[in-house]
Amino acid sequence: MSDEKKPVIRRLTTSKDMGKFMADYYYELDDAAKTGKQKIAWCTSVGPAEILRGMGFLTYFPETHSAMLGTSRMATDLIPKANAIGYSPDICSYLTADIGAFLEGVTPLAKVFKGIESPPKPDVLVFNTNQCRDVQDWFNWYGEKFNVPVVGVHSYVGVGDVTSAHVTSIAKQMENMVEPLEKVAGRKLDMDEFKQAVALSRECSDLWEKCLAAAAAKPSPLTFFDGTTLMGPAVVGRGTQKAIDAYNLLLEELEERADQGLGALEEERFRIYWDGMPVWGRLGMHSKLFASLKTNVIASTYCSSWIFSALDPDDPFNSMARAYTELFIVRGDDYKEQYIKERMDFFNVDGIIYHDAKTCPNNSNCRYGMPQRLAEETGIPSLTINGDLNDLRLLSDEQTKTNVEAFIEQLEEG
Amino acid sequence: MTGSCPVYAGVDVGASRTKVAIMNADGELLGFHIKKSGTDFKATADDCLESSLQMAQAARIDIVKTVSTGYGRRNVSFSDDSKTEIGCHAKGCFLYFPMAITIIDIGGQDNKVIKLDHNGRRIGFKMNRKCSAGTGAFLEEMSPRLEIPLEEMDGLARQSTDMVKLGSFCTVFSATEVLENIRNGKKVTDIVKGLFYSVIKRVIEMDAFTENVVMTGGVVAHNPFLVSMTEEYIGQKILVPEHPQLTGAIGAALYAMG
Repeated sequence: MSDEKKPVIRRLTTSKDMGKFMADYYYELDDAAKTGKQKIAWCTSVGPAEILRGMGFLTYFPETHSAMLGTSRMATDLIPKANAIGYSPDICSYLTADIGAFLEGVTPLAKVFKGIESPPKPDVLVFNTNQCRDVQDWFNWYGEKFNVPVVGVHSYVGVGDVTSAHVTSIAKQMENMVEPLEKVAGRKLDMDEFKQAVALSRECSDLWEKCLAAAAAKPSPLTFFDGTTLMGPAVVGRGTQKAIDAYNLLLEELEERADQGLGALEEERFRIYWDGMPVWGRLGMHSKLFASLKTNVIASTYCSSWIFSALDPDDPFNSMARAYTELFIVRGDDYKEQYIKERMDFFNVDGIIYHDAKTCPNNSNCRYGMPQRLAEETGIPSLTINGDLNDLRLLSDEQTKTNVEAFIEQLEEG
Repeated sequence: MTGSCPVYAGVDVGASRTKVAIMNADGELLGFHIKKSGTDFKATADDCLESSLQMAQAARIDIVKTVSTGYGRRNVSFSDDSKTEIGCHAKGCFLYFPMAITIIDIGGQDNKVIKLDHNGRRIGFKMNRKCSAGTGAFLEEMSPRLEIPLEEMDGLARQSTDMVKLGSFCTVFSATEVLENIRNGKKVTDIVKGLFYSVIKRVIEMDAFTENVVMTGGVVAHNPFLVSMTEEYIGQKILVPEHPQLTGAIGAALYAMG
């Protein structure tokens, strides 16, 4: 029987700071929920968080909670609870896992953060359908449960060039949210605070972009699997100084690693680009699998979803409208193909893996011939793995392993 | 008995059957054995090795290197290295058909479509998704429902005069369709051919094929009528190696040769 050497994965020391950032974030929310000293808005992960900050809301992002349900492997047992009340096993398993957790009265927050018993109760729910329609249904369900208002932006899909018509329409919807949100907040939108939040979000976005770009170094100081947890501040903390502080530290460490030629893996033979969602319940397993094959999954479309380069504090509504519409997930296939092609070139990858997530069609870009078209254009080989972000009933570990190992063998044999 | 020539062993521990191939340095197949994998992969692999060596008139001491493959590739105690079944099937097929080929392997639990260029270099591959439709497991599931032994399926399918068409992707839904056809008085021969057709359709839709198509795997070995049906379906001649069930083990032995 052949020996398998345990792979060496170098952990980033700043990942502890990121952990503290997330702990502080959840404790602040928990305190606000318990004391009522600050209003809480639930917001979709690429929702208009900056407007909420301009009204003094603390923001909670249920998708992050769902990802935790995935990483803690609680999701698979909870999804059927939501299925039983009419939410299909074929729709977003973030939604079904999160609603299932609510129905069961459980949360991974309670396991990770002592003293926290439940997610913070919302005063209002705010969505943007730029990522999918499921978020609207998800938030509406909670709106009814908590008897609180739900406001949202209805975005476009399959956008080619983002035009002024798109921007005007989305900006108008964002402006129209202000009045109902002010009612809940009990105060007016402070334009200075709002602009400040947009400025901080932009700075956070620029720093996060630089952190991800650091993976272009050979060997890469970062893995995609690190990125999925390091992106926490960009998701929940954008618009705050704390997120900027966290990413300044991270960037410093990544640049230091790159300067020293220190990779995230002890040995990096192959570099892979990942398209689609992570399999949250298999982050560790997948990380070790690739590391054991001396292969680093260095970059992804997913982690780059929290880059909002269009944000401009001098034109907050319009720039937010543009930034939240320019996102990869909102765009048409021509844009997506060009984007992935440029990213593969920038990161100098040997292959690309598409994760076909059963319950997340919007994040599965392999269903309309893109892998074949891109392989023909670039000559870069691809592999599609079938799985899901949260529902572990929808994947086969053995098949994933065999597929990945065979793909790396293919790269080895040239 | 100990032969004087060095040999190379390939062990393919599949979900359904374990296959061992013993080859010499010239790539000639000297011995082989196939046995149900069962639940003790290690013991089965050992048994297969012994029988294969006996056929090859060789002994363990003659083995220069052993490479294992298949789902149980890490359970082979005497293996020096392991490779995926994708790589091994590719290597095994290219030995017999050294040209640009598309390989369709229908195994007990999974299907593979592997594309090789004219140098034997892998261009790409696909495996079936989680679903068992189109695999040997599908036929194994249907066999008791129709109360016919697996080994009789090929002969029955050949006798069909009016094939029943099954529409579903799903093995369970297909079983329901089979029951419906039995209720409607359809002949078993026509239903079995319909099952074969269902297997072919699931495999054909996995990928586009090149000019030369090779079929391998246990399901093909035991049901050669599947090959004829596939030829008719895709409108081209299909190549089949002498031992279609052994391709993975042969490929593993070739890897052992380096």
